[in-house]
Amino acid sequence: MASSPQTIPTVQSIVPISQKITAATAKPAISVPQLTPTTPLLATNTLVQPSATPIPPTNTPIPPTETPIPPTETPQNQGQYKNGVYTGPSVDAFYGMVQVQATVQDGKLTDVQFLDYPHDRRTSQEINAQAMPWLTQEAIQAQSAYINIISGATLTSQAFAQSLYTALNQAAN
Amino acid sequence: MKETRLMMGMPITLEIVDASAAKEAFTAVFDYFQYVDETFSTYKDTSEIMQINRHELALENASEDMQTIFALAEQTRQDTYGYFDIRHNGTIDPSGIVKGWAIYNAAELLHRWGYQNFYVEAGGDIEAVGKNDQGQDWRVGIRNPFNLHEIVKVLSVSNCGVATSGSYIRGQHIYNPKNESAPIQDVVSITVIGPNIYEADRFATAAFAMGGDGIRFIESLRGFEGYQIDAQGIATLTSGFHKVVCSD
Repeated sequence: MASSPQTIPTVQSIVPISQKITAATAKPAISVPQLTPTTPLLATNTLVQPSATPIPPTNTPIPPTETPIPPTETPQNQGQYKNGVYTGPSVDAFYGMVQVQATVQDGKLTDVQFLDYPHDRRTSQEINAQAMPWLTQEAIQAQSAYINIISGATLTSQAFAQSLYTALNQAAN
Repeated sequence: MKETRLMMGMPITLEIVDASAAKEAFTAVFDYFQYVDETFSTYKDTSEIMQINRHELALENASEDMQTIFALAEQTRQDTYGYFDIRHNGTIDPSGIVKGWAIYNAAELLHRWGYQNFYVEAGGDIEAVGKNDQGQDWRVGIRNPFNLHEIVKVLSVSNCGVATSGSYIRGQHIYNPKNESAPIQDVVSITVIGPNIYEADRFATAAFAMGGDGIRFIESLRGFEGYQIDAQGIATLTSGFHKVVCSD
């Protein structure tokens, strides 16, 4: 976290508990030991307001860099698809619908457009390294450690893949 | 005990490590998510939120939980410079704040029933409490947005929330016919670790909407760490992120 010289105001914030939870906890489970809670029923957490000098998102367009993209796999089956524009179905991604349109030129998939997408996302800009020079960067690398739980944006991913897969099925020779 | 159910359009998992784990706790948690879905789903015509969207129900006459969510959404909108907003194209869709809030409440239920070691996970957002069945902090893997079968980071966390917002915008064999060597400068994923899943989720949602600026927003919040991945597979870390990375 930033070590700002200014004092960042600390605000005690309580997350409101759902009325349904309050009702459910009125009847405890049969075999749960009746422990006396040592913490207040409403969990408190320290919510800090954004720093006194907020860092507003930039609007300066960043010109494209010369850095080439990492090499992608060459398509294994050239001419696998018929030329044309194919629209996939609208797929439920929980937060909204995802629908893609695939364009095939010279037998290759050359473009995928979102016709529908759950969020209004502003176009991202490259991080201005001058604004927060202490943030480190790294290339992501596959890990093979033992894990209990996975965090990932799975929903939209699956919806995207599903819509694209169906679109490409229409295009397949 | 561990159980996963598909609800609200996603897998929801509950694991309780405590030896006293009871079936009733699982039933209560999944029943609670069912209630959340029936109230807040924009895909169910009969839900309370859709009644509000069709102007059949005024907010002042809506349930206590609905009014709570609207108040939380407005607070979050202010906390995030307007980047978090449940109003989209004239429709109100609070799913960006309901999910984290619902997981938080499910965990609260388990706290009240005396459980001390468990996690609640819905669609990749997690509230992790206490220790795993090995007596260690919970090992949370961040999924590779380019390869859903891979993990790119392993966290070691306890008593906190982990939320990831993102999308899958690039696959293999996609070429830009206008400029084949041009990189796509865009954020595909941001993972936020915070004091609880409600906070982590609302800020992850807003940070993702900010694009490349999202990680700086998270950096500006005390008590939160973040890991942002761009379309070129480069990750940017908040300055305290190393504290939550598993060092086994």
